[in-house]
Amino acid sequence: MWRVLRGWCFPLGLLAIFEWYARTFAAGSDSLAPPSAALRAFAAALMDGSLWQATLFTLGAAALGLAAAAGLGIPLGIALGLSRRASRLGALSIELLRPIPSVALIPLAMLVFGFGLRMETSVVAFAAFWPMLILTRAAVAQVEPRLLELSRVLGLSAWQRGWKIVLPAIVPRLFVALRLGVAVSLVVAVTVEIAANPHGMGYAMMIAQQSLDPALMLGWLGWIGVVGYAVNAAALWLQQRVAQAMGAVA
Amino acid sequence: MTGARLSPADAAGSVAVALALGALWWAASHAGWISRVFLPTPEATWASLREGLDGGELWNFSWATTRRMAEGWLLASLLGVGIGALIGVSPQARAYLQPTLEFVRPLPASALLPLAISIFGLSPNMVLFVVAFGAMWPVLLGTIHGFAAVEPRLVEVARCLQLSRADFVRKVGLPSALPDILAGMRLSLTVALIVAVVGEMIASQPGLGQAILLAARAFRASELFAGIVLLGLIGLVSNLLLGLAERRLLKWQTP
Repeated sequence: MWRVLRGWCFPLGLLAIFEWYARTFAAGSDSLAPPSAALRAFAAALMDGSLWQATLFTLGAAALGLAAAAGLGIPLGIALGLSRRASRLGALSIELLRPIPSVALIPLAMLVFGFGLRMETSVVAFAAFWPMLILTRAAVAQVEPRLLELSRVLGLSAWQRGWKIVLPAIVPRLFVALRLGVAVSLVVAVTVEIAANPHGMGYAMMIAQQSLDPALMLGWLGWIGVVGYAVNAAALWLQQRVAQAMGAVA
Repeated sequence: MTGARLSPADAAGSVAVALALGALWWAASHAGWISRVFLPTPEATWASLREGLDGGELWNFSWATTRRMAEGWLLASLLGVGIGALIGVSPQARAYLQPTLEFVRPLPASALLPLAISIFGLSPNMVLFVVAFGAMWPVLLGTIHGFAAVEPRLVEVARCLQLSRADFVRKVGLPSALPDILAGMRLSLTVALIVAVVGEMIASQPGLGQAILLAARAFRASELFAGIVLLGLIGLVSNLLLGLAERRLLKWQTP
């Protein structure tokens, strides 16, 4: 019991100090508000529905971007993982393109798609594509060589080998890649909203700051933290369940 | 990284693939498969790059962004290792603080920008603060993890030798946490560049982030691409340098 409770001591203490500080020194301030006021502002946003709309937009954009990244990154990763030669030939191009910071594409996506869902999704997809590609490639490279020998002995075609041998063997690792992709997608989605896209949780927080409503801004900050934590915890749970179900050693 | 074991044929092939991608870009922009409003020709991008660099403007922007990233990253590394060592060395502190840290970890660093703006205003130091704060987490958590995973027998040896806590951190803790710390620092370098660019975009601080945003707003695609190329180069070079440093620092671990 105490083991669970003691984790709460520090954050609750910090919030209490913050509450005291904001009430005594920053009363009526345009830049800070006590946590209690943030909670009230958050409850109001919860009631008028703006909370869910923004949250769903961010989660939707992150999910769509991740789906696109997985759809492109996993097949390409499998192809590169199966052929050492292709992997070596593609290495330079990958190493040249990968370091481009995803946010550098925000202005480009703005130019191509304007504001909205497609713009955010495309930046998320670019950011999540690289971890998906590279982790899938690594997963395939670690497939038990005897399984691949077996597929050769059985005379399977490259397509059958990928579908029947490699894919089932890498499923647990794919979910590890997916968990990382989830974390990246959510961070990038919120970042795109803060930097440019006038939708979602990031923008709601930005607009609260610009309209000098620190309570609402802090409410959003807390909510973004909760959503991030919940989504990441769910992804981790899924990864562990899959690993169990597949009987993975890792 | 398999760079060292690349055969000449593969190296040539690798370059050929990269050139082929470049040729695809050339063809796509020249044949008009994709509108030139979005996709400038490689020549136009090169011309913008040269023009900007000759005028000194792009140098200044690149330097400003690189500096912001490097300063924030160094601050983040110092703070992360320092605080991480303080927390990591004591199982008690870990038990109290770890849940909070795990909660904050998935929080996007850029989500702190609005808060920092409202506290510090739109200043260069505000951006630096957010870069440092955002980039600190991977190092901090890496350091704590590294300290928590110190070989128990080493801890016992340290106790037998009656090492003081400071000596334990310096002689046992930090060296054995080094791989985790460096892995965290690598991640935090990426975070630092991203947050620096976003910070420049929304706080209008001079740098590549602001430059590419303005180029996009003015529909100057070639300048936008020049900025993206430079940002990619900054990411590439800083990662390569860190990789080299990492290999040197960890040499003692693999005999």
